[in-house]
Amino acid sequence: MSAPLLRLDGVHTHIGAYHILHGVDLEINHGELTVLLGRNGAGKTTTLRTIMGLWRASGGSVRFEGEAIHTRATPEIARQGIAYVPENMGIFADLTVRENLLLAARGAKRAELIDPKRLEWVFQLFPAMKKFWQHPAGLLSGGQKQMLAVARAIIEPRKLLLIDEPSKGLAPVIIQNMIAAFRELKQTDTTILLVEQNFNFARQLGDRVAVMDGGRIVHTGTMAALAGDEPLQQRLLGLSLASHQ
Amino acid sequence: MSSSIPTVPDELAKVKLDRIPLLLIPALALVAVPLVGSLSTWITLTFAGLAMGLIIFIMASGLTLVFGLMDVLNFGHGIFITLGAFLASTVLSRMPNWTTSPALLPNLSAMALAILVAMLVVGLVGLLFERVIIRPVYGQGLKQIMITMGGMIVGVELIKVVWGAQSIPLLLPTAFQGSLLFGEAAVEKYRLIAVVIGVGVFAVMYWVLSRTKVGLLIRAGVHDREMVESLGYRVGRLFLGVFMAGAALAGLGGVMWGLYQQSINPAMGGAINVLLLIVIIIGGMGSVGGCFIGALMVGLVSNYAGFLAPKVALFSDILLMVIVLLWRPQGLYPVVKR
Repeated sequence: MSAPLLRLDGVHTHIGAYHILHGVDLEINHGELTVLLGRNGAGKTTTLRTIMGLWRASGGSVRFEGEAIHTRATPEIARQGIAYVPENMGIFADLTVRENLLLAARGAKRAELIDPKRLEWVFQLFPAMKKFWQHPAGLLSGGQKQMLAVARAIIEPRKLLLIDEPSKGLAPVIIQNMIAAFRELKQTDTTILLVEQNFNFARQLGDRVAVMDGGRIVHTGTMAALAGDEPLQQRLLGLSLASHQ
Repeated sequence: MSSSIPTVPDELAKVKLDRIPLLLIPALALVAVPLVGSLSTWITLTFAGLAMGLIIFIMASGLTLVFGLMDVLNFGHGIFITLGAFLASTVLSRMPNWTTSPALLPNLSAMALAILVAMLVVGLVGLLFERVIIRPVYGQGLKQIMITMGGMIVGVELIKVVWGAQSIPLLLPTAFQGSLLFGEAAVEKYRLIAVVIGVGVFAVMYWVLSRTKVGLLIRAGVHDREMVESLGYRVGRLFLGVFMAGAALAGLGGVMWGLYQQSINPAMGGAINVLLLIVIIIGGMGSVGGCFIGALMVGLVSNYAGFLAPKVALFSDILLMVIVLLWRPQGLYPVVKR
């Protein structure tokens, strides 16, 4: 079996006086979509931010393609081929859709220099991006902003996408559009680590699943196994809910 | 290679440019017409106000951009202004043949050289200032204020060591002395030059910020530095570049301000710092466009008040700031940060 694309070994993260991650062990395999599930406060977002270097790991290691990245600065990590879509989408509301995508296309100095095939593909995935090309991103609807955030992450080929709760606050019809877009994205062999609380959304997309609780990974396996095992779902969700109370 | 750029649909409302602050400048000028009475005096005052405002803009633009991009309020910005002015005095004093020549070209060359030296040296000092003084206190607001003020005090003392503690004259090159007459209105030649340079600086800044990828990065960095870094850009380097450019502009502003006042002293930067803070607060901290309008308003109000009610002119800048903040508490063009 080939080495994982991303590997976290005993990662601890402190934010100020708070100890958030308590030794996270996680492997993400090439070409797979792994869903990170868990209740609020379990440490899912912190895990993504720690991988991205936005918060420093205070212990353990994060390795990407075999290289330690936990000591590197965020721009260097991004340049390794990791894209991050934060929970709040992180779009630049005052900039147009075109400018948002141009920023993400590091190789292009002008929008006209973005790879046209790639751009067309992004437009096919998210037609709203084409439609509102010259409009300020702040005027887009919540779903369109989420599409822009994902479009920005894939406007250039990336090895790994870290996406934080893409379905949050979206209408069901928009969620279905997002699922279709992610399915299309999976066809391109892109590796994705998706943080999600919406289990229905997650099980339609995930190849593998990792469940977090209390700053640790408490379960890993295939999504098919979890989706087909209601007692296991109950136990994991019950565990989360019980520890939450 | 060109991509197929789609046409703009009309499903979303267009963002309307907030024109009200833009209208303040002509409104202010028009209101002053009946108050001043004489049209020629009004033209002279208006031109003086615009020239003063544009010089203030040159000095303040770097300060507001640095604040917007990195949340660093540099209370030591004034030292760059003082240093620029003193460097210009040294350069110009070494070229008496050029600065006293009646021909335009030698005068222009001398001034251009003074500006070039001031911008280059002050830009490099800005590099040192950022690395040594500001970098260790990123994100620590109170320490930033203390250490940048301390940096300014040290800088002033160093200037005294090199140039002395007294005021020294900074005379205009001969070709820029005197006035041009437009009908009965007299407009000082140097103010014309200040307007040309000020508008030129604004045009270049506007072009860089709105038409280049570096400008796009700066605008994005002002709003969300973390996301720009997540896209793979080294915002620290971008900030250093902006800081150096801001320092260089302050150096240019120092040359212009020194020639405007025709006298310079080591404390001049500290005195002007307060005015610059007023301007960037009026404009909306972090906003270059707001800084431009705020600077012009301060320049115009200062000149009109100086003519109409000299005692009011002593506090007209603060009065203007209070009025603007009562109307728009975040300034004319607030930069919304997450």
